[in-house]
Amino acid sequence: MPHIVRVFLFVTLVWGAAATPAVAQVDFSGVWAPIMHEDSVERAAGPDIGDFLGLPINDAARQRAETWDASLLTLPEHQCKPHPSTYGFRGVGNLRIWNDADPESGQIVTVHTHIQWMEQKREIFMDGRPRPPDFAAHTWQGFSLGHWEGPVLVVETDHLKAGWMRRNGLALSDRAHMTERFIRHGDLLTHVYIIEDPVYLTEPLIKTNGFRLTTQVANPPYPCKEVVEVPRDTGEVPHYLPGQNPYVTEFAEKHKLPVEATRGGAETALPEFGRKIRK
Amino acid sequence: MAALLVFLAAGARAEQGARPSVTPAQTPVVRSLHVQGNVWMINAGSVNVAAQIGDQGVLLVDTGTEAAADAILAEVRRLAGDKPIRYIVNTHAHRDHTGGNVKIAAAGKSVISGNFAAQAGAGAANAAKILAHEQTQILMLAPGPLGVAEAGRPTDTFFVEKDAFYFNDEAVELLHQPDAHTSGDIMVYFRKSDVIAAGDVYINTTFPVIDREHGGSYAGILAALNRIIDITVPRDKEEGGTYVIPGHGRLADEADVVDYRDMATIVRDRVRDAIGRKMSLDQMKAARLVRDYEGRFGASQGTWTTDAFIEAAYRSLSPARPAAGAR
Repeated sequence: MPHIVRVFLFVTLVWGAAATPAVAQVDFSGVWAPIMHEDSVERAAGPDIGDFLGLPINDAARQRAETWDASLLTLPEHQCKPHPSTYGFRGVGNLRIWNDADPESGQIVTVHTHIQWMEQKREIFMDGRPRPPDFAAHTWQGFSLGHWEGPVLVVETDHLKAGWMRRNGLALSDRAHMTERFIRHGDLLTHVYIIEDPVYLTEPLIKTNGFRLTTQVANPPYPCKEVVEVPRDTGEVPHYLPGQNPYVTEFAEKHKLPVEATRGGAETALPEFGRKIRK
Repeated sequence: MAALLVFLAAGARAEQGARPSVTPAQTPVVRSLHVQGNVWMINAGSVNVAAQIGDQGVLLVDTGTEAAADAILAEVRRLAGDKPIRYIVNTHAHRDHTGGNVKIAAAGKSVISGNFAAQAGAGAANAAKILAHEQTQILMLAPGPLGVAEAGRPTDTFFVEKDAFYFNDEAVELLHQPDAHTSGDIMVYFRKSDVIAAGDVYINTTFPVIDREHGGSYAGILAALNRIIDITVPRDKEEGGTYVIPGHGRLADEADVVDYRDMATIVRDRVRDAIGRKMSLDQMKAARLVRDYEGRFGASQGTWTTDAFIEAAYRSLSPARPAAGAR
């Protein structure tokens, strides 16, 4: 594990442990509203095309994103996709959490999460059940097993569908693995997630999301029915050929940044990179 | 697919004057999971077999490798008890999908009666029927890597776009997809269970495998993928609903096939563009046109490498040259 990851986790865990009573299990039940203060620019309107700043992506991820065309999302078969669990906690809409407890012991056996947009419903199993076989179906939310590390709920997720790490064409593969930590501080919830993907990441991608407890009691349904928005020939898939996307440098030009920096990669997250490109 | 690759590898070695080596067949671990309705997915190493089980007996889609036949039979017995294996459907002619035909058909029983009984002979009732497209039968009859002993060859074939029958309380459609992975591919659609057994026109382990030697084409693979997407209906939010058992790889639904179809279409467009710009095959390989998908579907060694796929795509998508003497 890279040093920066270890430091981050240590700080997070110390912070979480200090803020919460040292009990074995913490109740996260309730409806939590996202506090959009982390990466807020990308979370509502969405990130610019070609903005890969600070993300530990490899050349494959870069090529895939630079040939991605947002018109893909107009295809009927793409319209009703929910966010995968590797992205959903970044999205808008409230997060509802509730538990199933063992009636005898009172121990939590399943933690349910439900994020409003596209009804991202998920079960986090706390009973240590075996994972599905490698040839089982993958889902948008994946298969999640949880355990307690003190008051922190730690969740490991795999069996994910191919998804995305950002809404500008940066993809995640169906081989991605996510580790999460849910940390409660009274009416505030910190959600830490760490994604590893041997296909598109060179290092773990680490993000946090903040939530505040609300008095809302439920998330409303979010029905979705696909329609033909653009008449197309059967099988047509919008995309740009390599080197022909006219928008990939737009972000750099708008913010007067070196294009090299906006194309991402692990080193672009470090202060040394700023000094390097100023030379 | 593996049979194709063994064949290709053997061919390459033969061209180099080397004697083909024989790799001992290994018995793979055989596991299964219930998909939905009457249908189970049996994973036999790298190959998938579908089993539809009901009151009338068992229908198997493909039979895996010869080495796995006993283990597949044991798994069918575990799932279906003593219900007879009535039908085997071969999705195509490659030996990794037909290798168990002889042994598994012999373990089955057919209902043979009426006028047909005299033609089929009394012994026909002591084996499962083997169904396939006519093109697959032709490939299996020919001497060579796809040839199968008589007892393992198709007993019933069709040559049109679709065949269908009712078995175990549901319609079973055999959908021919011409010139895709091979010339004789069929997908099996269990309508009530809402499961498609796709054979090798949809896999999610590698780039599409196009056996041009036996009639496969890039256009056919894409047509097959789009046909699957046309049939599948997600239960909700582009998940579940119709399930798709690939010839190789994990169980899928529409979103997974869409993801694969998107990749295959994007790559098709890039290769076509490169052909239009007069790039040579070597230049295409060096350009790494599929860099963004190599980590998931590519390979630098083994049976179906990225270079082998690019070459198949290049040759399949290049305009046909006029025949010598043609005006």
